[in-house]
Amino acid sequence: MIDLSTYYLGRKLRSPFVASSGPLSKDLRNLQKMEDAGAGAVVLHSLFEEQILMEGQSLDRFLSAGADSYAEFASYFPDIGPYDLGPRSYLQHLEAAKKALKIPVIASLNGSSLTGWVRYARDMENAGADAIELNIYFLPASFETSGAQIEESYCDLVSAVKAQVRIPVAVKLGPFFTSLPNIAYRLECAGAGALVLFNRFYQPDFDLEAMDAKPNLKLSTSDELLMRLHAVALLSSRLSVDLAVTGGVHTAEDAIKGIFAGAHVVMTTSALLQRGIDHLRHMQDDVVQWMQQHDYDSVSQMRGAMNAGNVGDPEVYQRANYLKTLGSYESRLQTR
Amino acid sequence: MKRRQLTLDGNEAAAYVAHRINEVIAIYPITPSSPMGEWADQWSSAGEPNIWGSVPSVIEMQSEGGAAGAVHGALQAGTLTTTFTSSQGLLLMIPNMYKIAGELTPTVFHIAARAIAGQGLSIFGDHQDVMAVRATGFALLGSHSVQAVQDFALIAQAAALESRIPFGHFFDGFRTSHEVAKIEQLTPEDMRAMIDDELVRAHRARSLNPDRPVVRGTAQNPDVYFQARETVNKFYDACPGIVQEAMNRFAALTGRQYKLFDYFGAPDAERIIVLMGSSALAAEECVEALTARGEKVGVVNVHLFRPFSARAFVDALPRTVKAIAALDRTKEPGSAGEPLYMDVVAALAETVSFERTPRVIGGRYGLASKEFTPAMVATVFAELSKDHPRNHFVVGITDDVTYRSLDVDPAFSTEDPETVRAVFYGLGADGTVGANKNSIKIIGEDTPNYAQGYFVYDSKKSGAMTVSHLRFGRNPIRSSYLIQKASFVACHQFSFLERVDVLQLAEPGAVFLLNSPFRPEEVWEHLPAAVQQQIIEKHLRFYVIDAYRVAKENGMGGRINTVMQTCFFALSGALPREEAIAAIKHAIEKTYGKRGEAVVQKNFAAVDQALAHLHAVDIAHADVAHALLRAAPALRPVPDFVRNVIAPILAGRGDSLPVSALPIDGTYPTGTAQFEKRNLAREIPVWEQGTCIQCGKCVMVCPHAVIRAKVVAPERLATAPAALKSAPARWKDREQLRYLLQVSPKDCTSCGLCIEVCPAKSKTEAKKKAINMAEQAPIREQERQNWDFFLTLPEFDRNALTLHNVKDIQLLQPLFEFPGACAGCGETPYIKLLTQLFGDRAVIANATGCSSIYGGNLPTTPYTVNRDGRGPAWSNSLFEDNAEFGLGIRVSLDKQAEFARELVRRFAPKIGENLAETLLKTDQSNEAGIDAQRRLVGELQAKLGSEPEPELQDLKALAGALVRKSVWMVGGDGWAYDIGYGGLDHVFASGRNVNILVLDTEVYSNTGGQASKSTPRAAVAKFAAAGKRAAKKDLAMMAMAYGSVYVAHVALGANDTHTLKSFLEAEAYPGPSLIIAYSHCIAHGYDLVHGLEQQKAAVQSAYWPLFRYDPAKDGNPFQLDSRPASLPLEKYVYNEGRYTMLAQSNPEAAALLLAEAESDVAKRWKIYERWAQGAQS
Repeated sequence: MIDLSTYYLGRKLRSPFVASSGPLSKDLRNLQKMEDAGAGAVVLHSLFEEQILMEGQSLDRFLSAGADSYAEFASYFPDIGPYDLGPRSYLQHLEAAKKALKIPVIASLNGSSLTGWVRYARDMENAGADAIELNIYFLPASFETSGAQIEESYCDLVSAVKAQVRIPVAVKLGPFFTSLPNIAYRLECAGAGALVLFNRFYQPDFDLEAMDAKPNLKLSTSDELLMRLHAVALLSSRLSVDLAVTGGVHTAEDAIKGIFAGAHVVMTTSALLQRGIDHLRHMQDDVVQWMQQHDYDSVSQMRGAMNAGNVGDPEVYQRANYLKTLGSYESRLQTR
Repeated sequence: MKRRQLTLDGNEAAAYVAHRINEVIAIYPITPSSPMGEWADQWSSAGEPNIWGSVPSVIEMQSEGGAAGAVHGALQAGTLTTTFTSSQGLLLMIPNMYKIAGELTPTVFHIAARAIAGQGLSIFGDHQDVMAVRATGFALLGSHSVQAVQDFALIAQAAALESRIPFGHFFDGFRTSHEVAKIEQLTPEDMRAMIDDELVRAHRARSLNPDRPVVRGTAQNPDVYFQARETVNKFYDACPGIVQEAMNRFAALTGRQYKLFDYFGAPDAERIIVLMGSSALAAEECVEALTARGEKVGVVNVHLFRPFSARAFVDALPRTVKAIAALDRTKEPGSAGEPLYMDVVAALAETVSFERTPRVIGGRYGLASKEFTPAMVATVFAELSKDHPRNHFVVGITDDVTYRSLDVDPAFSTEDPETVRAVFYGLGADGTVGANKNSIKIIGEDTPNYAQGYFVYDSKKSGAMTVSHLRFGRNPIRSSYLIQKASFVACHQFSFLERVDVLQLAEPGAVFLLNSPFRPEEVWEHLPAAVQQQIIEKHLRFYVIDAYRVAKENGMGGRINTVMQTCFFALSGALPREEAIAAIKHAIEKTYGKRGEAVVQKNFAAVDQALAHLHAVDIAHADVAHALLRAAPALRPVPDFVRNVIAPILAGRGDSLPVSALPIDGTYPTGTAQFEKRNLAREIPVWEQGTCIQCGKCVMVCPHAVIRAKVVAPERLATAPAALKSAPARWKDREQLRYLLQVSPKDCTSCGLCIEVCPAKSKTEAKKKAINMAEQAPIREQERQNWDFFLTLPEFDRNALTLHNVKDIQLLQPLFEFPGACAGCGETPYIKLLTQLFGDRAVIANATGCSSIYGGNLPTTPYTVNRDGRGPAWSNSLFEDNAEFGLGIRVSLDKQAEFARELVRRFAPKIGENLAETLLKTDQSNEAGIDAQRRLVGELQAKLGSEPEPELQDLKALAGALVRKSVWMVGGDGWAYDIGYGGLDHVFASGRNVNILVLDTEVYSNTGGQASKSTPRAAVAKFAAAGKRAAKKDLAMMAMAYGSVYVAHVALGANDTHTLKSFLEAEAYPGPSLIIAYSHCIAHGYDLVHGLEQQKAAVQSAYWPLFRYDPAKDGNPFQLDSRPASLPLEKYVYNEGRYTMLAQSNPEAAALLLAEAESDVAKRWKIYERWAQGAQS
């Protein structure tokens, strides 16, 4: 009997496959399908503090526009409300998900102020979340703020949230750190229970006809996995924090690689968007088949088998490997 | 239950009672009564019950006529039913009022009394509407204050139920309907105590019911009608007693005793003024002052005007009275006297109570909210002292034509020095009025003070000035007039100092608070000399704050309201500082709490920051800096009428114009908006000629016609100002000419639509377009000079242009310019286009609404003339009759043309066979033909010269009718879909050559966004507070069903060429043409700078399909001009606040309605698609 179970954020999951935060999880029916397809846990879509602020500001702006400025009317709209400008509908969705699912439900939060992060994390805990994934999506644009300051603020944020909630907290990071091991270690010290590697930053494209930048949302591909494998393999040998691979998990092979690198869970959304939620079941079946073919009994047996501490040549994950690779490329060119 | 002290306005006070003691409420918007309907709809939407525990049914009707019919029906079916209205609305109710009264049906109509359109429309208050219904059989009960409005709303209902006579409960529009005052609120228990359930049951028992059937509304013959009419007498005889009895019961309940005729003054008064409404308070204030001086004067405040109890009136008078002045807030031209005067005369004549019957004189005052002050009351008392007082006088204006006015002493004042009197000059957009409403609520409800707030607005919707008048203090406030001596003046806009005498009202020693971009130590030198002078002479205590800076730093943008409000509390001492700040914050939470924490917090921050930036200005050593006196800019030559009439109105001195200054029949010159120069823009568009592709889109969309293009010969620019830009014209075969794109810097409103629509981008800096916003101040003078020069350049020859081409259209002179519409208005570009294409031969019938307000609200009109003096002739008749009005114009013009042709034929030998034949046969289907016909008509008129024959003179006068005229009916969806639809439908059927432009904003925009039948499903609007449940009416389909009506469905922002083609085809079509034009509107709830994008989204989502139905076309008349949906409907609708507010307040309902709306769109598209494929033909 193949044991797919794994541990993540203090809970035993029946499977390492987790539906990552994405648009599918906005619909309760999709969440149920994910559970039916065998997901070990689900991460809900992110609650964006900025969006809450923006909606409030925008409501204020249009209710105020033209008000009390002309004799024939004092306003253009009836004074209705209350308006759901806070996290109410998100929390209701979270509660409903908790009620409907047996697998753990992880809430995802993207704040824009320290008070916002803490406040909404507390709300999520109260609404029944099994854990919270802090979706740190920060694009520095200031010339004055140093990388060290930003990293410090991430750690402060994790400490602040951890001080207010009892449930485990995962941190979803982007890949662009001068020293990933260092920030990963500091986040672990700050109380992070897991690191989710990596967030995908949506980069606008140029519309050459309109001479304008346009949003460009592209789904991930398996090619993006490599960077994650490298990071997880490097970190898992030294840190005790849980690790999740997200971005680029499209096939059973991708998942297996992630687990070999040391991931406790592998997360996927793009593949489900492209092929349907049932694809999760197929990937899982394929993993089982692979494990059978390769005589693996359990996921825990596989986890980290190829991390930096367990490969024969740990340099493969280090700088020396870069030189080797370059060298091999050059020699190939010379032999043509 | 303890009664609460609340601060609210008259409309809310009336609606509060009406909603709780009725079961059915039929509503329709009209200023100034609309808020009563809005409150009722809102309360019912929120599930607020009446005193019987049931939520009243509120139904919006298509007109006031419809509302009255619905009320009549609901009453007949046995429910307690009410309605709210004013002015023209009340007139539309008259037929049903006769019926309701004739059938002895108890109800109360709550009326915010307002002027009636005669020589001009006015939204302001007087008693003309009430007087127009005095013969209907309704009892008329007048309230004089906000407290009385609430109290009489209940007393009227109680009396109506008992007397079986319907009541019109009226109060002065604006002065009382919109005055915010502190009152004691009635409790539901009070209402229960006053309303006798037995009488309610009796009302129900009289209802139409098939279980006990009766017939009502019979037709009666000469044998019995008269007697039947007399059956009601005893009910009218009993009514005054019943009302007084209700007033007495009310007094026992609340301690407030009213009488049918309330007398105030000396018990031995010899001179008495009789009047009704809010003016009674100003009169009482004056009487109090005069009696304190020993004068024997008094005032009778008439409450029950109908049925008029002569006995009760005479009993109210002291026996000592020798002379009475009856003042009417109405005008009845040609009568022996105004109604109240006539009643007083008759009452005294019929009632023998005096040894010597007092002398009675009558006078008019206060029409259309003209101020009525204690000084005017004193003037009337003085007149009564004379041996031969003037009768039928007017007071409050100067009548230099028939010399009926009394001279008022402007120095007479009864302002209470113990009362704080604060005047605030603000900008509509800065939130001043909203903050002041909050302030007066705080003072009224958090302190033992009495409080009053009244707000004055100007006639423009963009860049409008507001003036707030706040009074508060320990003494009751009866001052039903604007503050005349202010102890506190705040000017929230520094630029006002240049154009408004803001310190005129400041009394010596008053506080002057100025929002100033200049620091306290430097502000003095930036003040106009007249302001400096008044500060010194009146010893004003002068404070400044840079409120814009504080607001901006706290994320408030241009909303300086809370900053200035905090300063007001700090300086006025209305409350201890800490208490004031706490109260302001509480009010902020109450007002903005629903809009989210962040909004509340930024307001809090602005409050906290305000006082740190408030500075006293040391003027101990200040002097009037004569050297800095700014020279007034040289004015261009202006017509006498503009100089003598319009300019004083613009300067806020319209009240001082005498009768002789004004046109006798409401006829005003056009082309006057150009003289206004409101200078609103902080930023204006600046042209980059190197980037520009000269497409003309910016010119096409500019709602205010401030950005214009010309193509001229290079030599014309020889004397151009150095900064004037031009570029080689990008027209085939015209490359040698120069193209200019010029902005009028002082007429621009900074709406930004031109920038949004500009398709050309800089090759080296993507964010830059061919026009870009730049700060106005540094380039204002340069651009003014450029604009003035630009205007001197010749217009391009219309005959040489391709009118189907947007690029060419930019060169047509707009004959509609600088309207005072909202910045970025979605309607005005269509009207401007109409005038560019057909303006020189257009007659426009304009339904009442936004387009009639920015089109014809004095003092100026945007309609103008070309160099030949031709331009649109424009008139507004009413709201409901615009289609019929326009049709009448068409029929008249056709008749004149027909007669002219008959005369041409008849006198062909005399005028020359050739000329006659050409005149009759000229093809006028294009510009050249129309031009040719104009020349021929000129030739004919010259030829007819001074021919003595009368018929030839007729021909000379009528010859102009031989030139093709373009008749347009313009109006909004409130007119076309609702109140005017019956007439519009008749016009469709008439087959006459008229053009109908429906500016579809999908709400009653002008009255503040009430739902119409055009309002889409799922949108929130007033009167549809829970979201519109029904689908938008398909007016286009209804018109197309005739098969003989040209119909176009257009959206300028989505396809300007399609719009242009539609206008040309509609005008060319020889029958009725209907253009339904998508008009983005501030009532849609988003920044109008995105209006054109949103129009595009409306079309892409198939919500607003573009199509044309041309009966003159060969084959299928229907052509679908847009593509199937390529954007989900929700992506379109959720850009707009009117939809998102429902999603945020009631997501389940929003989701359901959105699904239904999607289905509406899909079904409609399917039908149109089939039509386009030929299924209909």
